Amino acid sequence: MNILDMTAVSLGAAIKNKEVTVLEATEAVLAQIEAKESEYHCYVTVDREGALAAAERIQKKIDAGELTGPLAGVPVAIKDNMCTEGMLTTCSSKILGNFVPTFSSEAVLNLQKAGAVILGKTNMDEFAMGSTTETSAFGVTKNPRNPEHVPGGSSGGSAAAVAAQECFYALGSDTGGSIRQPASYCGVVGLKPTYGTVSRYGLIAYGSSLDQIGPLCKDVTDCATIMEIIATHDPKDSTSVQRDDTDFTGALVDDVKGMKIGIPRDYFGEGLDPEVKEAVLAAAKVLEAKGAIVEEFDLSLVEYAIPTYYTIAAAEASSNLERFDGIKYGYRTEEYEGLHNMYKKSRSEGFGPEVKRRIMLGSFVLSSGYYDAYYLKALRVKALIKKAFDEAFAKYDVILGPVAPTTAPKLGASLSDPIKMYLSDIYTISVNLAGLPGLSIPCGMDSKGLPIGLQMIGDCFNEKKLIRAAFAYEQARGAFGKKEDE
Amino acid sequence: MANIISDETIEYVGILAKLELSDEEKEQAKKDMGSMLDYIDKLSELDTEGVEPMSHVFPVKNVFREDVVTNGDTREQILKNAPGQKDGMFVVPRTFE
Repeated sequence: MNILDMTAVSLGAAIKNKEVTVLEATEAVLAQIEAKESEYHCYVTVDREGALAAAERIQKKIDAGELTGPLAGVPVAIKDNMCTEGMLTTCSSKILGNFVPTFSSEAVLNLQKAGAVILGKTNMDEFAMGSTTETSAFGVTKNPRNPEHVPGGSSGGSAAAVAAQECFYALGSDTGGSIRQPASYCGVVGLKPTYGTVSRYGLIAYGSSLDQIGPLCKDVTDCATIMEIIATHDPKDSTSVQRDDTDFTGALVDDVKGMKIGIPRDYFGEGLDPEVKEAVLAAAKVLEAKGAIVEEFDLSLVEYAIPTYYTIAAAEASSNLERFDGIKYGYRTEEYEGLHNMYKKSRSEGFGPEVKRRIMLGSFVLSSGYYDAYYLKALRVKALIKKAFDEAFAKYDVILGPVAPTTAPKLGASLSDPIKMYLSDIYTISVNLAGLPGLSIPCGMDSKGLPIGLQMIGDCFNEKKLIRAAFAYEQARGAFGKKEDE
Repeated sequence: MANIISDETIEYVGILAKLELSDEEKEQAKKDMGSMLDYIDKLSELDTEGVEPMSHVFPVKNVFREDVVTNGDTREQILKNAPGQKDGMFVVPRTFE
């Protein structure tokens, strides 16, 4: 079997059984990066020397019996908003274009402890603000399934790198759909865990009450395995939750008999592409045939999720991004008159248009006179949205629907109308508002040959139900989207 | 109701956001913010009387730790990415004459 065709878990097993060395795997994926990167541009930084050195070091530890985990020696890509000690971390922004962190994020440290070989940092929408990876200051990423289309975003580089076999798995972050939507567009598996499950320490903040790190990978087994490594309680993140149910691989069971699955009618109305609708409902039938109890219901409030999200996310972003002032790190303007002028010029030259748009909106909704009408109003609606989900999960184990209304749009088609771009997140965004876990798994191709994603949403701390349902679906579906030209 | 953003509002928000926008960017920002607020105004359709604002989905509280120093001297690391530094400190423009 070609090394690049292996899943992360199968490669880990092959390394353990001495069928493949860590160096062979790393060299194979670096060669793939070299061959494909000029076309797809998944990475901002590729650390070739670092990866090769890590491969040798990790192989020795595996041989010595010091590293025994399922992903020891498996090469991984990291979204460029997670700090990596000694490796450029840009958030795909000019303002962090020269930033080399002196520490690593907790999620990355957890991977390293498990023997991961870090290949480099993946491209993203600037500060994770966008749905196409086109707001990156370092160029667009193309969808490996069809390079005329976007990979989605904001974790577009991570999703594309997995789909293009330029890594065996990747980390992304999800504030409003930024793992699930690119996973859907690129035909890979992505999971946004329950808020607080993966430490946000070292993740450069966008909307802190919504941000969560999670995996992008080739199948559900990889997803559960990666989650077991990155889900840890971290005292350095005050919203980190202590969980004793993180044995996610235990949920890899091909059995959904009696599982109650709810399909929200409000997710299948106007704006949903008919091909997406058909594929998602066909997937529901597959689970029904395996013994799940599937029924339709009204979730309500769906059309209020996006305005609620943009108010809260912009408010938090305007506050979080105050730290970029041209003093402590990052870009500083060349010419200025005094301190305040330096702040303003550094920020204005360093941030791109979408980031400025959200900082302006966030500053406005938090300003005196508008705080109650906009920001507090959004927090009240958030409480209503959470309540609607609570009621749904009193009846259902899993909510099933599309990830996005369409398959991947063409490059350049989305940015001209921000609200239209924001609408691509309509089915993913409320999951972040309610702190829920959400999983994206490929469930078909449209007539253009672009992948369609199925979304499964669970109640807080119920990732295992998602993993179980997704694993059962995957067993019935079989292998997805093998690239024929490989 | 359409939101009309005045020049004064854009100036004021620019000060809060510490952004210096060109005239062209200001015009664009007026349009963008107006249309975003029109969109956000949809929330006013919902009766939220008596609903507590929810900042976190879990009942999280402040997390305290013992007041014990756990980190060592990290001055060098802290200054490592500074655009300007001198004698172990950040360099900033003169703030008063």
